[in-house]
Amino acid sequence: MAKKEYSFYPGCSSQQGASSSNMQKSVETMCEELDVTLNQIPDWNCCAASIGYGGGGELPRLTLSARNIALSEQHNTGQDIVATCAACWLATREAAERFHEDDGLMAETNQALAEAGLKLKNETPIRHMVEVLIEDIGYDTIGGKVQRPLEGLKIAGYVGCQTNRPFGIAGESFENPMYLDKLVETLGADPVKNYDKKVQCCGGALAFSEPEKSQDMIKTIIESAYDSSADMIVTPCPVCQMNVEIYQDQINQRHNTKFKMPVVYYSQLMDVAFGRSAKDSALDQQVIKAGKLEALAKK
Amino acid sequence: MADEKKFAGYICTGCGIGERLDAGQLETIATRDGKMQSCRQHEMLCSKEGVQTIRDDIANEGVTHIMIAACSRRAKVEAFNFTEVAMSRANLREGVIWVRPDTDENRETTQEMADDYIRMACAEVKFMTQPTGSGEQELNKQILVVGGGITGMTAALETAAAGYPVHIVEKSGVLGGHAGGYYKSIPTRSPYAEPQDTGISQMIADVEANDSITVHLNSTLARTEGAPGRFNAEIATESGSSETLSFGAIIQATGFKLYDPSALPQYAYDKSADVVTNEELEGLVMQADGGPIKRPSDGKAVESVAFVQNVGQNSTEENELPYHSGIGDMIAIKQAMYFKELNGNCDTTILFDNLRTPGAAGEDFYRAGQQKMITFSKGAVTEVVPGSTLEVKFKDLILNDDATMQCDLVVLDVGMMPNTGPDPYAQLAVEEAEDEAEKEKARALLENAPPSILNLEYRQGTDLPHLKYGFTDSHFICFPYETRRTGIYAAGPTRRPMDMRQAADDAAGAAMKAIQAAENAGKGRAAHPRSGDLSFPSFRKEGCTQCKRCTVECPFGAINEDEKRYPIFNEARCRRCGTCMGACPVRVISFENYSVDTVGQQIKNVEVPEEWDEKPRILVLACENDAYPALDQSAMNGVEITQWARVVPVRCLGSISLSWITDSLNNGYDGIVLMGCQKGEDYQCHFVKGSEMGLERMSKVGDTLQTLNLEPERVASYEVAITDIQRAPKLINDMAETVQNIGMSPFKF
Amino acid sequence: MTELNTAMIEQYRNSFLQEVEANVEEGEWVKMCMQCGVCAGSCPLGNAWEHPPQEIFMMIRAGKREAVLSSDSMWMCTSCYNCISRCPRGLPITHIMHGLAHYAQRLGLVPKNQPTQRFAQMFWQNLNKKGRVNELKLGLSLYFMNGFGEGVKTSLKMKDIGLGMLKTKRMAVTEAFGGHGVKDLSGFQKIMKKAHELEDARIQKSGN
Ligand code: SF4
Ligand code: SF4
Ligand code: SF4
Ligand code: SF4
Ligand code: SF4
Repeated sequence: MAKKEYSFYPGCSSQQGASSSNMQKSVETMCEELDVTLNQIPDWNCCAASIGYGGGGELPRLTLSARNIALSEQHNTGQDIVATCAACWLATREAAERFHEDDGLMAETNQALAEAGLKLKNETPIRHMVEVLIEDIGYDTIGGKVQRPLEGLKIAGYVGCQTNRPFGIAGESFENPMYLDKLVETLGADPVKNYDKKVQCCGGALAFSEPEKSQDMIKTIIESAYDSSADMIVTPCPVCQMNVEIYQDQINQRHNTKFKMPVVYYSQLMDVAFGRSAKDSALDQQVIKAGKLEALAKK
Repeated sequence: MADEKKFAGYICTGCGIGERLDAGQLETIATRDGKMQSCRQHEMLCSKEGVQTIRDDIANEGVTHIMIAACSRRAKVEAFNFTEVAMSRANLREGVIWVRPDTDENRETTQEMADDYIRMACAEVKFMTQPTGSGEQELNKQILVVGGGITGMTAALETAAAGYPVHIVEKSGVLGGHAGGYYKSIPTRSPYAEPQDTGISQMIADVEANDSITVHLNSTLARTEGAPGRFNAEIATESGSSETLSFGAIIQATGFKLYDPSALPQYAYDKSADVVTNEELEGLVMQADGGPIKRPSDGKAVESVAFVQNVGQNSTEENELPYHSGIGDMIAIKQAMYFKELNGNCDTTILFDNLRTPGAAGEDFYRAGQQKMITFSKGAVTEVVPGSTLEVKFKDLILNDDATMQCDLVVLDVGMMPNTGPDPYAQLAVEEAEDEAEKEKARALLENAPPSILNLEYRQGTDLPHLKYGFTDSHFICFPYETRRTGIYAAGPTRRPMDMRQAADDAAGAAMKAIQAAENAGKGRAAHPRSGDLSFPSFRKEGCTQCKRCTVECPFGAINEDEKRYPIFNEARCRRCGTCMGACPVRVISFENYSVDTVGQQIKNVEVPEEWDEKPRILVLACENDAYPALDQSAMNGVEITQWARVVPVRCLGSISLSWITDSLNNGYDGIVLMGCQKGEDYQCHFVKGSEMGLERMSKVGDTLQTLNLEPERVASYEVAITDIQRAPKLINDMAETVQNIGMSPFKF
Repeated sequence: MTELNTAMIEQYRNSFLQEVEANVEEGEWVKMCMQCGVCAGSCPLGNAWEHPPQEIFMMIRAGKREAVLSSDSMWMCTSCYNCISRCPRGLPITHIMHGLAHYAQRLGLVPKNQPTQRFAQMFWQNLNKKGRVNELKLGLSLYFMNGFGEGVKTSLKMKDIGLGMLKTKRMAVTEAFGGHGVKDLSGFQKIMKKAHELEDARIQKSGN
């Protein structure tokens, strides 16, 4: 298989010592296995995610993404931009679309970029890593790489909001996307059928500012996984992963529950299934240990 | 018709019939019991050779009556189309083998069923004559259009374009109707974003330039008599002159009038000149002549306007319209756009409760209105306060707030009311009213009846019958133009509220129907739904008691009376429903191909086994329009029907003669199931009132049952829809169960 | 920014809708709402919204400027995009909510101590400082400091969470000293400064 190269936009939370550095690690391992090269956009900046709007108005906010795309077009010419974080992907792709629709904005953002000698052509597709897996690599190839089928694991595929809406993955429905379940199946595990909270909002950034309201929603996501006797939850989204994983203690305190539900990334599942170690799969970075997956990784 | 009758039977063994049934035995039954002089079997009767065999027999052997035992009479009609002979069909496929399981224990009863259907078909054909038409038919291609608005003019242009001469009779002095006074119309073309030219002037010019169209302005119909193919209409002008012309068919396109909002004081329509109806606004725009629209009170150019939607419509209040005209919101959007076009930055607010902008075109137009910054507020207007600026008080239904707005002009969305003549059955409604209140209402309708439009010289009234709220009666979905007076078609808002585009479509439809009616009349053929049927009812005068049942019950006013009060059947006005035949107490009405005997003999020729055989017989009389096709469908789907049932198709429940019921009970049938179409306001009956008349008649069967000392459950009547493919067989099977429970009839001889 | 607020009131005396169209991100879509209510039924924090999006759109059209801009409602948007994917009219509802929130903030009309507003502002400042978000500093303000205001009463409880993240190396103390950032910081800041200027000019223009 020919080596695939992409212009990679990791985003702030994937940096070393940041909240989804575990995803970053596991994605790196996954890409090694799949023969995919990720070329970081040099000197990329934050995209403002979906909470930057308070301080940043339309143009400053979109200009953040404009700078990233411009850098990518300059240094990683011809390569699709790929993001692993849903918020990064969304913000960047949204910015690109807005610039396509609004010539005025496009002109203004270029005026701003010119201050640092940059220029936005806006000709680059902005893609999510999941799209790369499904569209460029395919379930068959992924299945073919499985050396250690995840037999006996029951996994609730939690897609969440922003990987799913408003763009989503081509051919999937907003209300019940199936790709994560298909991926789980491809890796030899048992996906939870009809996982009730598959696309439930976890509160996103409001998990910080409105913790109680958000945790009430997170509680339903975990509860529903328990109801379908899942061993763990898998998600493609770092915000989802963090929100659903790290507040379980607080929820337990407030609601008298005994939640201890591991929440992992699809990339971690893939790494283990591809035969890699727990460390390569960043399982050591779980706040709630994914015991069954670790056990498999040791076999 | 050849004097000598020659009967021949044909038994098809295709489609599995030969495998499931003993064809030899069927042949014996046909010749021995059914008295067919010859009988042939064929392995695929509908094939070219099969059909040719029959043709050869007709040509070479002088066969005049044929009995075909094969599939349902509704299948292979093109193959088995022998216009020169009388024909009956025994339904062995859908009626027998498809509804019975193919098992050993059922073989005997399945064969018995088939045997009976052969006997029935043989008996039926013996009492039939091949119809040849009345001989009175005339071809008159001239079409009369009453009304010169959009609908009337479109009907005339379409008719003329098809090569038929037209006369338009218009009451007023100009063509164009309401739309003639409109500035623009709702768009009918993509992108549905701007009001468009009404096209009326062009249409008037086209009508005037068309050699095939004659326009009679300031004219009305003083008298109309006759029947399709030979209507004679006296066209009277205001000046007093008149001429009588004859027509093949008539289109009534008399349009609508508007509801008068004076009845609703809260809108201040009578108190302020600046409160106008949507139609009056069109007048203001025309007056403005391309300049800004001015308000009537002081001529100030309007800077803000409020459209109050749904005024006096869709209401349960006395003196308001119980229905909604459906187009008022599209009109409001159109008119709000007038202000955006002519009055600069005019504030336009549409206060609606439910915005009705149907279809993709409606949605696009609504969006276009939003793009143009028309404000849409979901609000219920409670009061309009007159003054130099008007104050509109309303309840904001989204924010649940009491709100007010100021404006220069208020436009009221008032509904459309049909412009029809008096309902011929208004008198009957008074007589048949069930309580005083209803009688009072009926009487008010009768007394306030509008003047006649058609002045028909029909025994049953001067105009088209109404359905509801004064709109003409026609089947909304299945046959919208077909009124209850054959050869007279209603189109446009006289039929239901509609916009200009719909009216034009409607007119084209009615024009096609009128042409078809004239052509059919020329050949003596029936109109919908028995189109093509050449038979027509006749009666034995010596037997008639002048009881008038037939003239009263005919749903289509086809029967007049002579001086001696004998019925006169107008075959061209007749739809061949047979309701008159079912109604006649002395059974003197018949058709050549359908009569008290053609069905009665089928009933008599079913073999009714002795009581101790425990083989009940259930007679099913199924309407050929919906119930019988539903049974065919269920057969196709393999739904079982009890082996005791014998199904006879009838033209309409209305055609069922009580004697069929009495005779079958006397002959030892154990149960009877009657199936017709839905009756009532939302009827499905293809003959409008036939099913209702029939069911009414059947409610009297109780007396017969009582005299025979039989249980009332033995006779059941149902309204069945064509989609009832599970239910229809179940109703029959239920009767088998009922018989099982109450026991066999004691009348078996 | 109350000056700007006064200027805006002055300019759009008659039509709040026009003000929204001119100044709020994706505001020109507001008029296209057909009031079906699908969005109102789609917000995950639905009952926390005093006025769900449908109502906000109606209020804008009814000229309820004050009530809309000082509302807490649009700050309840979690950016779940449920509404966008369901709105039959294709309104970019999420963005309009963000746009309204931002506009309210610009005019100084946000309710005091609105926690999401404070967080959003903090986030924006944090990212602008070095071009990338410094999760530790952001986290410190959130998890370890009791002073985030009335909005986050649970901030102390967040301590454990911070510790959990530290243990799993998903939060690094080294970030406190320098940490991640873009290399061409001056270029980055020039770009942002220009973008702000251009945007302010557009809004000032409309306010005068
Ligand atoms: S379709 Fe009718 S006529 Fe033709 S083979 Fe079948 S049963 Fe016979
Ligand atoms: S009742 Fe039916 S069959 Fe009889 S005259 Fe009227 S339309 Fe014809
Ligand atoms: S119903 Fe029969 S008896 Fe009565 S008037 Fe008509 S034809 Fe004569
Ligand atoms: S879903 Fe869209 S059209 Fe419906 S109320 Fe919400 S914004 Fe308006
Ligand atoms: S994106 Fe915001 S406004 Fe839309 S449904 Fe989610 S929370 Fe509600």
